[in-house]
Amino acid sequence: MTLFGILGFTTPWLLLGLLALPILWVILRAVPPAPIRRMFPGVVLLLGLKDDEQVSDRTPWWLLLLRMIAVAAVIIGLSGPVLNPEPNREAAGSGPLLVVMDASWASAGDWRARMDALDGLLARAGREGRPVAILRLTAPEPVRFLAADVLRTRIAGLEPTPWQPDPDSVAQITTMLPEGDFDSYWMSDGLARDGREAMLAALENRGTVTVFESPRSVYALEPARFEDGTLILAMQRLRPGPESAVTLLGHGLDPAGNPAVLLRAPISFEAGALRAQSDLSVPAELRARITRFEVEGTRSAGAVTMPDDSLRRREIALLAGREDREGLELLSPLHYLNKALVPTADLLDGALLDILPANPDVIIMADVVRVSAAEEDALVDWIEQGGLLLRFAGPRLAASDIARDREDPLLPVRLRAGGRSVGGAMSWGEPKTLAPFDEESPFFGLDISDVAVSSQVMAQPDPSLAARVIAQLTDGTPLVTRKPVGQGQVVLFHVTANAEWSTLPLSGLFVQMLERLAVSATTTTPDAAELEGTTWQPVRVLDGFGAPRDAGTLPGVAGDALVSAALGPDLRPGLYTSDDRALARNVITADTALEPVVWPDRIPVEGLSRPQETPLAGWLLALAILALLADVIASLALSGRLRSTRATGTAVAVVMGVLLSAPEAMAQQDSAAADEALALAATAEVVLAHVLTGDDALDRIAAAGLKGLSQTLFFRTSVEPADPVGVDLERDELSFFPMLYWPITPEQPTPSAEAYAKLNTYLRSGGMILFDTRDADIAGFGSNTPNGRKLQALARPLDIPPLEPVPQDHVLTRTFYLLQDFPGRYAGRDVWVEAAPPDAELIEGMPFRNLNDNVTPIVIGGNDWASAWAMDQRGNPLVPIGSGYSGERQREIAYRFGVNLVMHVLTGNYKSDQVHVPALLDRLGQ
Amino acid sequence: MTASVTQLRQHAQEEASRFPALLARAEQLAGTVLLGEHGRRRAGLGDDFWQYRPMRAGDSYRQIDWRRSARGDEQFVREREWQIAQSVQIWVDPGASMRFSSDKALPTKADRARLMALATAVLLIRGGERVGLTGWMLPPRRGEAQVLRLAEILSGDSEADYAEPEARGMIPHARALFVSDFLGDLDAVEAALTKAADRGVRGVLAQVLDPSEEHFPFEGRTIFESVGASVAHETLKAGDLRARYLDRLAERKARLEALCRLTGWHYQCHHTDQSVQAALLWIYRAMDGGHG
Repeated sequence: MTLFGILGFTTPWLLLGLLALPILWVILRAVPPAPIRRMFPGVVLLLGLKDDEQVSDRTPWWLLLLRMIAVAAVIIGLSGPVLNPEPNREAAGSGPLLVVMDASWASAGDWRARMDALDGLLARAGREGRPVAILRLTAPEPVRFLAADVLRTRIAGLEPTPWQPDPDSVAQITTMLPEGDFDSYWMSDGLARDGREAMLAALENRGTVTVFESPRSVYALEPARFEDGTLILAMQRLRPGPESAVTLLGHGLDPAGNPAVLLRAPISFEAGALRAQSDLSVPAELRARITRFEVEGTRSAGAVTMPDDSLRRREIALLAGREDREGLELLSPLHYLNKALVPTADLLDGALLDILPANPDVIIMADVVRVSAAEEDALVDWIEQGGLLLRFAGPRLAASDIARDREDPLLPVRLRAGGRSVGGAMSWGEPKTLAPFDEESPFFGLDISDVAVSSQVMAQPDPSLAARVIAQLTDGTPLVTRKPVGQGQVVLFHVTANAEWSTLPLSGLFVQMLERLAVSATTTTPDAAELEGTTWQPVRVLDGFGAPRDAGTLPGVAGDALVSAALGPDLRPGLYTSDDRALARNVITADTALEPVVWPDRIPVEGLSRPQETPLAGWLLALAILALLADVIASLALSGRLRSTRATGTAVAVVMGVLLSAPEAMAQQDSAAADEALALAATAEVVLAHVLTGDDALDRIAAAGLKGLSQTLFFRTSVEPADPVGVDLERDELSFFPMLYWPITPEQPTPSAEAYAKLNTYLRSGGMILFDTRDADIAGFGSNTPNGRKLQALARPLDIPPLEPVPQDHVLTRTFYLLQDFPGRYAGRDVWVEAAPPDAELIEGMPFRNLNDNVTPIVIGGNDWASAWAMDQRGNPLVPIGSGYSGERQREIAYRFGVNLVMHVLTGNYKSDQVHVPALLDRLGQ
Repeated sequence: MTASVTQLRQHAQEEASRFPALLARAEQLAGTVLLGEHGRRRAGLGDDFWQYRPMRAGDSYRQIDWRRSARGDEQFVREREWQIAQSVQIWVDPGASMRFSSDKALPTKADRARLMALATAVLLIRGGERVGLTGWMLPPRRGEAQVLRLAEILSGDSEADYAEPEARGMIPHARALFVSDFLGDLDAVEAALTKAADRGVRGVLAQVLDPSEEHFPFEGRTIFESVGASVAHETLKAGDLRARYLDRLAERKARLEALCRLTGWHYQCHHTDQSVQAALLWIYRAMDGGHG
């Protein structure tokens, strides 16, 4: 490559072609443009005319210049110009070259750039015929020098590791270096660490050392902490720089179970600062979902941190058997549990059946003997879904006969009657102490000093007992037993949760045991001593780029090693679990401090800061094409062929059309406005409503009927309804209407599930639906009309209470008028309403029973009331009823039923309560 | 043989399909001019009443209108409107040079010339004149059928680049209409006009030119060819020729005009991008004016 300042050429001899340009100029200038043949009848007038200039028409100079530029661009473009070409490195000898790579997480951020640099290095070494070897300090292998081209094919397989080279292995590597002299090229990750000096010295013994270091700053994300309700995320950078802002992402599963970014938090370094912190207030639910935090746009294991239990607050429900000892706080069975759990968990209290839907992680029952059958079923279900039921014994449990003969599903073992007391004032012997924990026990490794047990409930000897004991006293009697149920477990402490029976709740061991059982979780990372004896299984591990991977068959890690050992192939960063506890091992720990490496002055350090090599050939050839295109247009214009500008005009018009055709904003129908209008109309006054059935004639009659009823109400009562409306069950809000009139046709569509949900809400919140099968027949037992069948189909998903025919003393018979029957267009027999409670009885001296307190949510009949009520604009009835006077009488009674019904809806059982008026007045002394 | 017959028939159908359109356009065009231009408005031989006038010496008794004269003492002569029919002979340049238009939006000169000629013929025939072609092919006759025959013959083309005016068969004291671009030999035109003038024939020369022939908007190195490709001229700079071309064109127009003045004809130059109606009106007036 030939260099001219910042410009280089790969094939410079092609530039000689530029010499031909002047010759081309002369030739092009001499050749006139080709003539056009043009039909022209007036040619006879031209005959004999001579051109003024005998010289041929010359190509204008600017057109020539354009063509020269095009040709020159082609020549220069083909000669391979390169901006900022890679300068030829000083010949670094011809011996073997050893490429040493840190290949740690810190170099993962710009791994691609490093691989490009390495590729260039290998390409050069290949041209110079130097054998090359690659040595990764994080994954050392014996060094073998190979041809550079062979190694080049292996570059793609190189990956950074999520750990750093540790000083021990570096020392070991220095002994693995091959014999003979070689030059070294050290691709450093820029972090200072022990062992670099030794390695550098070892390499310098063999030849020259060149260091490559990326100028990009390394970001490290510290583990997320949770303090005082605040989530604290902190970042470090390797080198101080200008003010910069990065975004932290919190990844996790959304409620639908899909991976999603649940949290975005900006965090900004001040100018010159090495550390930045961001305090976030994140809801507990969201916090528990986050599985990893990472720095947006940085692919490095150091820029990822995985939270574990320390961010999670467990939900624990506490239930006690007795709450009757007011004032004796310290004797409360839950006092010590409260104290132990409040700092680390969210406590729930309430009735068991109210708590279970909240799906707490743990339910603790202190001295609770029995739960009801329904509660027991729900509890067992919950345990089988993974719940932990933690029970404490107590006087009540000891006194009960529960789990005597058979195993109780909610107790891990069978119990013997009475329990025992040792070492008390009235008994022989000393209080018992704890025996050391077995290796299988979750408590293995905990300190057992200074715990004394004076009373306990005893387990029945049983073949399965031994397997269920996880803690026992020195005399071999079980203290804590456990039994798995489904995915969950039941644990019983054979002592009380307060200090009455043992000193266990007073000791630190109690809290540690709760932690081991994953009842509580610490907010700080446990130290090695606490984790002694536990084994942790990796669940997800990070690779060097910070991408989480399934741990697969990686072996488990001892608890103390997990927190204290350095990361390496045997201990990868990731999430580890043991029983129900989870612990994350991150690349960056709270006490990690990034420190840039300082190389001695004698070592040359290269970086990526040099401007990028830019080949210019493409640009020049494009320029040539553009110049030639311009030449075409200019030539056409010159020779008069471009006279018809229509085509040009069309093209311009097309382009302008495309540019200007802004997407037309579609006027969207604003259904919200319509909904709001309906809501306003329905709530400003009392409005009766009927369900639109899709049958126009029927809907008209229903509307006219409600209109007639509204008129009647307006004239006769203080209820003054506005015009009735038809509601679409799928679309309209129902809660505005006191009652819905629902005529049944066999053809009407069945409402959707959403509409049924709306209807059920409406019924539960005090609405009433008047079903009208309009066949005068529904009440007849055993009868079956199409309308009746349709009504059954429609009403099946509805939340309808038991029904009965309107009893004689139902409040509906006297809310306004005194009625005996409820005719509409037909004088059918019975109308069905919500059944009276079974315990309603007629009291002596009362005219009627004290029935339901509420409005009946459903009235079902078949008398076609809407037809009887229907009225036109002038108040004339629309539908004839019966004949003569008796028909008019029936219509009148129908109106009275309507008035009574609306009154019932609006006033409830007010008229029933009127029966008490004499007694009340009597009591008031009037 | 068969091929030539088929070809002939196809050609005939093409032609036939062309001239009804031409005819329709011509009649439509004539319709716009007919309004208000009717009758000769002077006494003469005819059927329609014109006026009564007192008998003068020289009038024969047969001319006296006795019914009118019986109402008074004087004798009146009933005069009729002058309705003598005139013969008009038309020549439309069939040369190839006429089949040219510089732009797709413009009609060819031949198209325009035929339209003008046929529309004039329609007008004249409706006015009661006899119209025919110069030469022996179609002597002047009256009646609507003559229009059809005219249209048919006018649709024919000639192969020659520049046609010479047909001046044979001129009826003495008839009228004539020559429509051409007059880019051919002017001497032939001069000879024809002189011959016509000799016989007392007067008429109208309508020159039809394309706008490009009028303005010469060409640039660059160009080879100009006539439509039949019989004449060609190459230039290196077409733009330089413009002034001299326009001079020659003006000179030619001036010569035609002078010729017309000399022989009592009317000369008008029409461009195919101008309104054909105005040109027709002018021709009609010029033909009519010739009567005075």
